[in-house]
Amino acid sequence: MEAALSLFVRAIFIENLALAFFLGMCTFLAISKKIETAVGLGIAVAVVQTITVPVNNLILNVFLKEGALSWAGLSDVNLTFIGLISYIGVIAAIVQVLEMFLDKYVPALYNALGVFLPLITVNCAILGGSLFMVERDYNFSESVVYGVGSGLGWALAITALAGVREKLKYSDIPVGLQGLGITFITVGLMSLGFMAFSGIQL
Amino acid sequence: MSQLTKEIVTDPLVDNNPIVLQVLGICSALAVTSNLKTALLMSVAVIAVVSFSNLFVSLIRTQIPSSVRIIVQMTIIASLVIVVDQLLKAFAYETSKQLSVFVGLIITNCIVMGRAEAFAMKNPPFASFMDGLGNGLGYSLILILVGIVRELLGAGSLMGVTIFQTVNEGGWYVANGLMLLPPSAFFVIGLLIWALRTWKPVQQEAPDFKILPSHSEEGA
Repeated sequence: MEAALSLFVRAIFIENLALAFFLGMCTFLAISKKIETAVGLGIAVAVVQTITVPVNNLILNVFLKEGALSWAGLSDVNLTFIGLISYIGVIAAIVQVLEMFLDKYVPALYNALGVFLPLITVNCAILGGSLFMVERDYNFSESVVYGVGSGLGWALAITALAGVREKLKYSDIPVGLQGLGITFITVGLMSLGFMAFSGIQL
Repeated sequence: MSQLTKEIVTDPLVDNNPIVLQVLGICSALAVTSNLKTALLMSVAVIAVVSFSNLFVSLIRTQIPSSVRIIVQMTIIASLVIVVDQLLKAFAYETSKQLSVFVGLIITNCIVMGRAEAFAMKNPPFASFMDGLGNGLGYSLILILVGIVRELLGAGSLMGVTIFQTVNEGGWYVANGLMLLPPSAFFVIGLLIWALRTWKPVQQEAPDFKILPSHSEEGA
């Protein structure tokens, strides 16, 4: 339990996907002008991340890993090289299914998330989360915790950035730095702030 | 090389740079630039993937039904990335370890998808290949610039070769450790955008909110 809690806090703060690993930057910068849309996207990413990381973990352990196919009588097959294409396929499929499910059963949430759902397929934070899970060799329960934590961390980061940018709109910025330039600097400062968490030992 | 082809290749370098103007593919641009070597290797990988994915998408562009085009493009890109990943593991194992997940993340690098969708779906194979090459080079340009700044200021070396003798090794240069940490990448790219937009005012963004001149200024 303690290990899970530590992993959870680490995934949210210390190894924040957006601010420490730069994942999902394209959407992070593009859709952070307003707090409401940022929160919507943040929630969507957190939900998808929570589902995809554990599912990809299952895919890895049941189909791809060396010896994983022994239940089918193929004990010396190692399919890890097709990992990338399987993970992205799983992510695309889950996003699609989630979209249809929400459309049918939770229309309110579906309308709120709107255009963001399809965008999530190409959000590097989602694929990045799955790849980190593979690289760090998480087991199933760890991958559930990591999925929830990293998704929440990303949502937190984009909401915070949107809050800063809403205020920043009224400040007197040099013309060349207007827009994208100042956003980069802001994210840099936020990233410095999040680095302070790295001293936490759990 | 004809005029048009030349334009397709050179346009994304400065005037329509994928990173600083189209805001595509930033994730990896930031993460792999703490030293020049990984930045170079990443550049080569991205150039290869984006030009060949453009070529292949363009070759079959008339056969792809538009409703499933994203999946088809994704499959082509993912296969190319797997090839690149395996090649890197075979010939540059140490550096590919440093790149860790970021080679895999070329799949979701928006430059590749973006160019396949915006250019290769509408243009013949050769032009598409050149467009991919140009955008790959524009991406590399920024990556290499940031890589040079960060490695030179952060460790006093380039490609692992010492340029500034650091204090730790008995020299004079006090290395700026911040440059090796993630936040510096944001600052360097932010400043780079500022510089580029001062040079090319066309790329400046209109402010969302116009600040009125204060009264004292009016009085003066």
